[in-house]
Amino acid sequence: MAYPKQFRYTKEHEWVDAKGDLATIGITDYAQHELGDVVFVELPKPGAKIEAGKSFGTVESVKAVSEIYAPAAGEVLEANTALHDTPEKINTDPHGAAWLIKVRLANPADVANLMDAAAYEAYVAEKAKETSA
Amino acid sequence: MRYLPKSPAERQEMLGAIGAKSIEELFSSIPERFRLRNALNIPGPFSEAEVIQYFKERAAENSNGYTSFLGAGVYNHLRSVVTDAIIQRGEFLTSYTPYQAEITQGTLQAIFEFQTLMCQLTGQEVANASMYDGSTATTEAVLMAERLTGRRRVLVARSVHPEYRDVLKTYAKNSGLHVEEIAFTASGTVDAKALLAAQKDDVAAVVVQSPNFFGVIESHAALAGATHASGAMYVVAVAEGVSLGLIRPPAEADIVAMEGQSFGLPPSYGGPFAGVIASRDKFVRQMPGRLTGQTTDSEGQRGFVLTLATREQHIRREKATSNICTNQALCALAATVHLTLLGKEGLREMAEQNLSKAQFALSELLKIPGVKRVFDGPFFNEFVVELPRSVKLVNNQLLRDKIIGPLALGTAYPELTKRALVCVTETISRAEIERFAGALKQALEQPV
Repeated sequence: MAYPKQFRYTKEHEWVDAKGDLATIGITDYAQHELGDVVFVELPKPGAKIEAGKSFGTVESVKAVSEIYAPAAGEVLEANTALHDTPEKINTDPHGAAWLIKVRLANPADVANLMDAAAYEAYVAEKAKETSA
Repeated sequence: MRYLPKSPAERQEMLGAIGAKSIEELFSSIPERFRLRNALNIPGPFSEAEVIQYFKERAAENSNGYTSFLGAGVYNHLRSVVTDAIIQRGEFLTSYTPYQAEITQGTLQAIFEFQTLMCQLTGQEVANASMYDGSTATTEAVLMAERLTGRRRVLVARSVHPEYRDVLKTYAKNSGLHVEEIAFTASGTVDAKALLAAQKDDVAAVVVQSPNFFGVIESHAALAGATHASGAMYVVAVAEGVSLGLIRPPAEADIVAMEGQSFGLPPSYGGPFAGVIASRDKFVRQMPGRLTGQTTDSEGQRGFVLTLATREQHIRREKATSNICTNQALCALAATVHLTLLGKEGLREMAEQNLSKAQFALSELLKIPGVKRVFDGPFFNEFVVELPRSVKLVNNQLLRDKIIGPLALGTAYPELTKRALVCVTETISRAEIERFAGALKQALEQPV
């Protein structure tokens, strides 16, 4: 699956799609693939504050529960509650319908420090090499 | 895997593989002030013959031939030899976690049956077999409520078992959990007014025990209603499971923490116990411990597996929902066999006998001059009486008559000196109750 050019990416495999101070956050195709079949997702409520690098929720697959880390600080405007009933969408459409939260960024400039699509692709290619080695 | 001690050469080989020169270097990340530099203050080593001798001596200390009126969280009930015969079968005689479903169907099915029985008794939807005892189950229930509500204040009735409260306070001490205790009334029940006054929107859980430590039955409906209105979880602790043979299950509770010792586990040497935690299906992901689930195998047959284990300590380490749970399979099996032998009618009959005998004992004790009933709330198999003198002195007298007397409440409740918590189970005959009343009367008549 291609990594959208307009997104920025974290080393913990979250993506962020920022437009001004509004941003949508999700987990990457690489992350969903590593997790396996997702069965449950825990997301913050609107109004909750998220902090860069701190966990704001969890994704549970059949084999593990993983933290989701905030790519940048901000306030949650909306959580994708449709995922409570259809968590498997995280496996099929991680960069689209299975977005996790929409936030108002505290400092929109923070996002520019994250990896772009090319850097992230190189990063996961390296990761894949490590695991196969 | 061999369970043999390692030789110095093997230790060196393992250190070499890790890349450490010595054990000292291996542990160098542990700050000096936390390191133990003295030998442990324990006796031994002993030879096999010495160990056998030691345990023979301890076994001889058992109070054979005594009649006990002591309960307070540990209850002596009738048990069938069938229970021991089944749990001692080689296939079952391990508490090891049944991770491998393909070789542990029997153990998994037994745990599944246990979970089902506990749900039926507690009026809850999901239960597991992973708690050490009632005290840790109660604490785990509070921690679960903390995770579910995101709040840090806990209201605990003072009529909850003092040791359960101690365990909770130990956990709370360094975790930022704030525990407040709620007084009891002249009836021995939790002070509902005080509880209501303390209810604010920062309360994670309200913990009430029923029958409570004084043996008095609490009425959950109103307490649960007020608790839910403030958005908190209503946690019910049950120390005497046999009471559920007669009392309506605490279905109003969000979480039930129970001690399962009454179901087929003898009160020997303080354990082992079997903790139970039961809750609502919607809270299952925040439940501590492991759950056994029913599934269908590749050939379409019914089978059992550990399920929803993704938040457990072997996967989540320090982020696990609990790091103080276990696999209580053997004790849970004993409880399952015991309850299955009793059946629904048998458990009810056992509970009725407890109630009747406790009522009879109270009426006999109240005939003794100077003995008064303390709390007037309805009770199950324990009640509190006031004696005209120290309970401990009286108990020393009773021991001479081979009677283990009631619990002196003054130790845990300074305001309740000279008050005794009397327990009467189905194991005690009418004649023994009369003998107890006679011995107590005599003890109180003796000059101090």
